[in-house]
Amino acid sequence: MKIAIASGKGGTGKTTVAVNLALSIPNSHLIDCDVEEPNCNLFLNKELEPIGSSKVTVPNIDEELCTYCGKCSQMCRFNAIATLPEKVILFPTLCHSCGGCILVCPEHAISGKEKCTGIVSRSADMEDHPRLYEGVLNIGESMASPVIKELKRWIEPNISTIIDSPPGTGCPVMTTLEDTDHCILVTEPTPFGLHDLSLAVEMVKIMNIPFGVIINRSEEGNSIIEEYCDKENIDVLMKIPLNKRIAELYSQGIPFVEEMPEWKERFSALFKNIVNGKELA
Amino acid sequence: MEREILSFIQEHSQWKGTGMKELVVISGKGGTGKTTITASFAAMAKNAVIADCDVDAPNLHLLLRPKIMETHAFYGMDKAKIDLERCNECYNCQNSCNFDAIDENLIVNQHKCEGCGVCEYVCESDAIKMVTKISGNVFRSATNHGTMVHAELGIGEEASGKLVSAVKERSRSIALENENDLIITDGPPGTGCPVLATITGAHLALIVTEPSLSGMHDLERVLQVTEHFEIPAIVCINKYDINENNSRTIEAFCHERNIEVVGKLPYDTSTNLAMMEETTIIEYSQNVLSEGIKALWERVVSELEKQ
Repeated sequence: MKIAIASGKGGTGKTTVAVNLALSIPNSHLIDCDVEEPNCNLFLNKELEPIGSSKVTVPNIDEELCTYCGKCSQMCRFNAIATLPEKVILFPTLCHSCGGCILVCPEHAISGKEKCTGIVSRSADMEDHPRLYEGVLNIGESMASPVIKELKRWIEPNISTIIDSPPGTGCPVMTTLEDTDHCILVTEPTPFGLHDLSLAVEMVKIMNIPFGVIINRSEEGNSIIEEYCDKENIDVLMKIPLNKRIAELYSQGIPFVEEMPEWKERFSALFKNIVNGKELA
Repeated sequence: MEREILSFIQEHSQWKGTGMKELVVISGKGGTGKTTITASFAAMAKNAVIADCDVDAPNLHLLLRPKIMETHAFYGMDKAKIDLERCNECYNCQNSCNFDAIDENLIVNQHKCEGCGVCEYVCESDAIKMVTKISGNVFRSATNHGTMVHAELGIGEEASGKLVSAVKERSRSIALENENDLIITDGPPGTGCPVLATITGAHLALIVTEPSLSGMHDLERVLQVTEHFEIPAIVCINKYDINENNSRTIEAFCHERNIEVVGKLPYDTSTNLAMMEETTIIEYSQNVLSEGIKALWERVVSELEKQ
């Protein structure tokens, strides 16, 4: 069972939900796919060890052979190569590693060069609960998806796996959500939260992933999200109240299920409901 | 290498020497208050173009209520299309695709296809065409506070970085045309493609953080990004009073790195009330927060003048 935690809007509580949910499920694995800003381990403090890296192939030009014909620049649809009369400028961060430039070069002046764009690590202690896997995109690199793909290779079948997604609805999010069994969309009861939730809902519908909503920082008398979910026939799986104790624990980096065991039961029940729903379907 | 790119872009930019400045508001972590602050700046700026570069989850329009004046179709990356009638099943396309986007039945997976055109190039029977596709829109809109450029990306479309660049290009040409002296840009969270597209060519980045462990961690990473690309950065601590200890740690950290903390804003529930009224906090009320944002704006303007 692979459950992704996503949101549309940033800062709504994805990581909070992912960490607390993973802590409430026995033998779970937690995969932090927010490789631009991975935060799960701020709440778990696991000792991590590197286990892999995302490598992409970027062009390497032999200027001795190059005749500045410009075919590589014409081929490259990502504007990663500019050919000037006597110089070729590479923009490796724009390169998508398609290999087109290598194919078209009539002088065979271009070869592929491996470049590391990010690192994948996991709990050094294999008995950790949850066992944490984390990817980090190197500073200055633009493409998060190759790191996420490398990280997702470590997902084991038959293990309850919680996946923390990046915010938004772009490529990194879709790469994270691909092949997951269920998605939990975390939102907050504000107009921004509602707007971005509706974008995320459209995305998971297109990807055909079953989903439900968790309302974080929920307040009495504010039903902006419930009204939307009601109208759209979307399950509200849980409401986490705007609560001083929860906020304090968050700012200290303590997952609140550790101090408030009644929440561990709620998260555990939530997980069982999703699993049962899956079996019924 | 990145510096070379940056100087290349700055050398070739059309507005070089016009005196126009570009301010970007970014954060690393999402939900720290970028949009609330950007909208307030828009309400105070005298002669600015306002741009929303958070194209994945745009919110600025919810506070500035833009009236759309022009809509421009945005073309994302082309996608491969295979004409199976012409195909001789050589499978060169499948073998050459580095994105596993072509399956054994020679069907192109639209999400996996990155539009590189390698399949079209290697096809023996000229059966593959790269097809253009509208993947979103860029809008030029009127607001009470000046021209706004914003965008929408079609659901499931993936060219966020390219769309950010399209929003920036349009903002710059409008600013040139209208002789605006500033572009104020609301940026996306993170450190990847859309953020790099947003900060390229900016004169100053205002990083909005909050005194939580995540806020602090993400501030550190996004500062590494601005340093890497040599974009001058200043910091604002939003909701500084939710954990004053952490706020002091952020100040010490910034001091050590020679980064100016130009504002500390209190936690205030009036931001949500202003949001419900679809207006900026500056127009909504006169309180400690709106006064704090005004003082922050003064500081940002004087930092911009130095750039």
